Amino acid sequence: MTTLLAPVTGDKVVHRINPVAKITASAAIGVALLITIDWVSGAVALALVTLLVPFAGVPMRALGVRILPLLVAAPLTALTIALYGAPSGEIYGTFLLATVSEGSLQLAAAAALRVLAIGLPAVLLVATVDPTDLADGLIQTWRLPARFVLGALAAFRLVGLIVDDWRALVLARRARGVGDAGGFLGRIRFLGSVAFALLVLALRRGGSLATAMEARGFGGDGARSSARVARFGGAEWVLVLIGVAISVAALTVSIAVGSFNPILGPRG
Amino acid sequence: MTGQVRGGARVEARGWGWRHAGRRDPAVRGLDLVIEPGERVLLLGASGAGKSTLLHGLAGILGGAEEGEQTGELLVDGVAAVNARGASGLVLQDPDTQAVLARLGDDVGFGLENLGVSPDEIRARVPQALASVGLELPLTHSTTELSGGQKQRLALAGVLAMRPRLLLLDEPTANLDPEGVHEVVDAVVAAAAGRTLVVVEHRVDAWWPHITRVVVLGADGVIADGAPDAVLAAAADVLAEAGVWLPGTADGMPTHPAGDPGAELLRTDDLAIGRGVRSRRKAKKGVPATPEELAAAVARDLDVAVTAGRVLALTGPNGAGKTTLALTLAGLLAPVAGRVVASDALADGTVADPTAWRSRELLTRIGYVFQSPDHQFLTGSVRRELELGPRTLGRTPDEFTPVVDELLDRLRLTRLGPAHPFSLSGGEKRRLSVATVLATAPRVLVLDEPTFGQDARTWRELVALLAEQRDAGRAVVVVTHDRTLIRALDADEFVLGATVGARETGAGS
Repeated sequence: MTTLLAPVTGDKVVHRINPVAKITASAAIGVALLITIDWVSGAVALALVTLLVPFAGVPMRALGVRILPLLVAAPLTALTIALYGAPSGEIYGTFLLATVSEGSLQLAAAAALRVLAIGLPAVLLVATVDPTDLADGLIQTWRLPARFVLGALAAFRLVGLIVDDWRALVLARRARGVGDAGGFLGRIRFLGSVAFALLVLALRRGGSLATAMEARGFGGDGARSSARVARFGGAEWVLVLIGVAISVAALTVSIAVGSFNPILGPRG
Repeated sequence: MTGQVRGGARVEARGWGWRHAGRRDPAVRGLDLVIEPGERVLLLGASGAGKSTLLHGLAGILGGAEEGEQTGELLVDGVAAVNARGASGLVLQDPDTQAVLARLGDDVGFGLENLGVSPDEIRARVPQALASVGLELPLTHSTTELSGGQKQRLALAGVLAMRPRLLLLDEPTANLDPEGVHEVVDAVVAAAAGRTLVVVEHRVDAWWPHITRVVVLGADGVIADGAPDAVLAAAADVLAEAGVWLPGTADGMPTHPAGDPGAELLRTDDLAIGRGVRSRRKAKKGVPATPEELAAAVARDLDVAVTAGRVLALTGPNGAGKTTLALTLAGLLAPVAGRVVASDALADGTVADPTAWRSRELLTRIGYVFQSPDHQFLTGSVRRELELGPRTLGRTPDEFTPVVDELLDRLRLTRLGPAHPFSLSGGEKRRLSVATVLATAPRVLVLDEPTFGQDARTWRELVALLAEQRDAGRAVVVVTHDRTLIRALDADEFVLGATVGARETGAGS
């Protein structure tokens, strides 16, 4: 699983684009789609993003694995809202607390499209983000403090070790005679005790890593230099503009056809 | 690449001491020591004598007043060590927590970035540093996918790139197999030219030919100091007490001859093994392995026999599947294909497949000691840790207290009864992890690298204990790289190959 989700690498321009630009572009789409809740804006944004899939530098297989949660979440969201969303317009049927109405079906479509239209660009862009490049971007482009960003980056690298630790802890409990977790409660208690042991181990590893970092001059008073340069040039601006263009297009069409329905405004 | 280092640093401690915040006693006190530029010093002493504290102090990372209290002075080239950042470079013990960044080249450059070195200069120094430790891999190579020896050489490269005049090594080879030890020692020796070197290490044989001076630390400062052989003669008792592996210590370890093999307790039929390939649940249902699962096996067609009254050593290169085989034999991992079969005597009324046993049923049948003791401690005190197995079996305190007391005494842990297992030293943790398994007297003992990183005294005790278990009619299986252990226990050997398929050598099984 961890290798499946490793950053997609390649030699296209999109692989080298500053991750900060990728975050900004997908955030632009996300913000636009959170302003209004109607199915038109979601559909327009999703259609435009889908056109760009072949240029995202993510192979279909890698995309499939990452998009799976969205494909599960979107219909579930739609189903919930269709059944329990605020009823309005024509009522198609009721069952216990569930009421399916014209309004709730529209809301359901809008929500499902939103999940996909916000999720897809985020998944596409994040798939090619290397954590080290992200850290460089956060420090050099957004001027976030190196101390925190690099600390988080180094800690992130311990995740692989934590997965190994988890396996070893579970095996060790079986070997020690306490691995027969009886019933649901027993299982919960068992997982709780493994999780606690994992936390202790992770803290200890974190401590050693911090010592190793300090021993190499991290956290000193002097100015830090950067071996890698996080550019924010033409390609980055183009990507951000694409994101803004998609969100503007989605909102414009939605307003033009009269389905614009601001979340914070009066219900239309 | 060492050309630009301007000779080594001079180290001076003047009545130096350090007490960690929250501790009553200082870790080091009243230390007076001068190390001249270019000396290569081996720092020895009992566990707790303050060797690591001194190295961390010299590296300037002990921290400020909130982390502890300093007395006296600790100088590197006449400057307080805390302010001499970049003058010294420190390599630590754990290969897994020293790489900071994901790519080889970036990681080596990390220290240089912290020192504010220009990007052009970093790009020039990184390949030099990697070449000087013989790590000629692409700069984008992952820092995780390296052997232990390579990881330690990477840590060394990261330090060398900073061009320190003082090289500090805190047990850099304690977690490595013999091959890794040699890789690291060779790299350090090559890099030490023109630098001052201070090494802390328990197993000194590999370092011995390369050092010029030995300093033995005790509770109140320096106990012995001088040329290696002179110190060896003068402080032999102290060093033996501290469990230091001196040249010749390994050769002098006693052999415990094995008796005739007893009954077969466990055997495998055409066993294929792998980690995370098949769940125990699937194996219990008897679902046959798919071709993908078979392809993911680390070793195949293994026929191993575990015999009462004998020690079986599982050996072979890194990645050959030794630990995987041990976990499979012990009923902790499901076989990918083939079977593990317990004899009727071992199964003792339950089914023949250890994978299908309940966790509690393992306790009296097969005990497993993990390589990292931290993974197997479950309680808050040493005594409760030992009581856990017997309690799980439903035994009463009257029954198990004598057993626990005897184990505590036998393994020099009585004094530590109320202590938290995580607070113990490496040797104490190892002794405790073995004792927890012995508390329920399983008929088969499986131990993963039990002697890794152990001092000579703990080593001797462990081996005597294992020999005793063997002679009491139990079967002992050890995963090991330690040739001295195999000789001392008169063990049979099962060699796993780097390629699929293994062959069997040695007597007995």
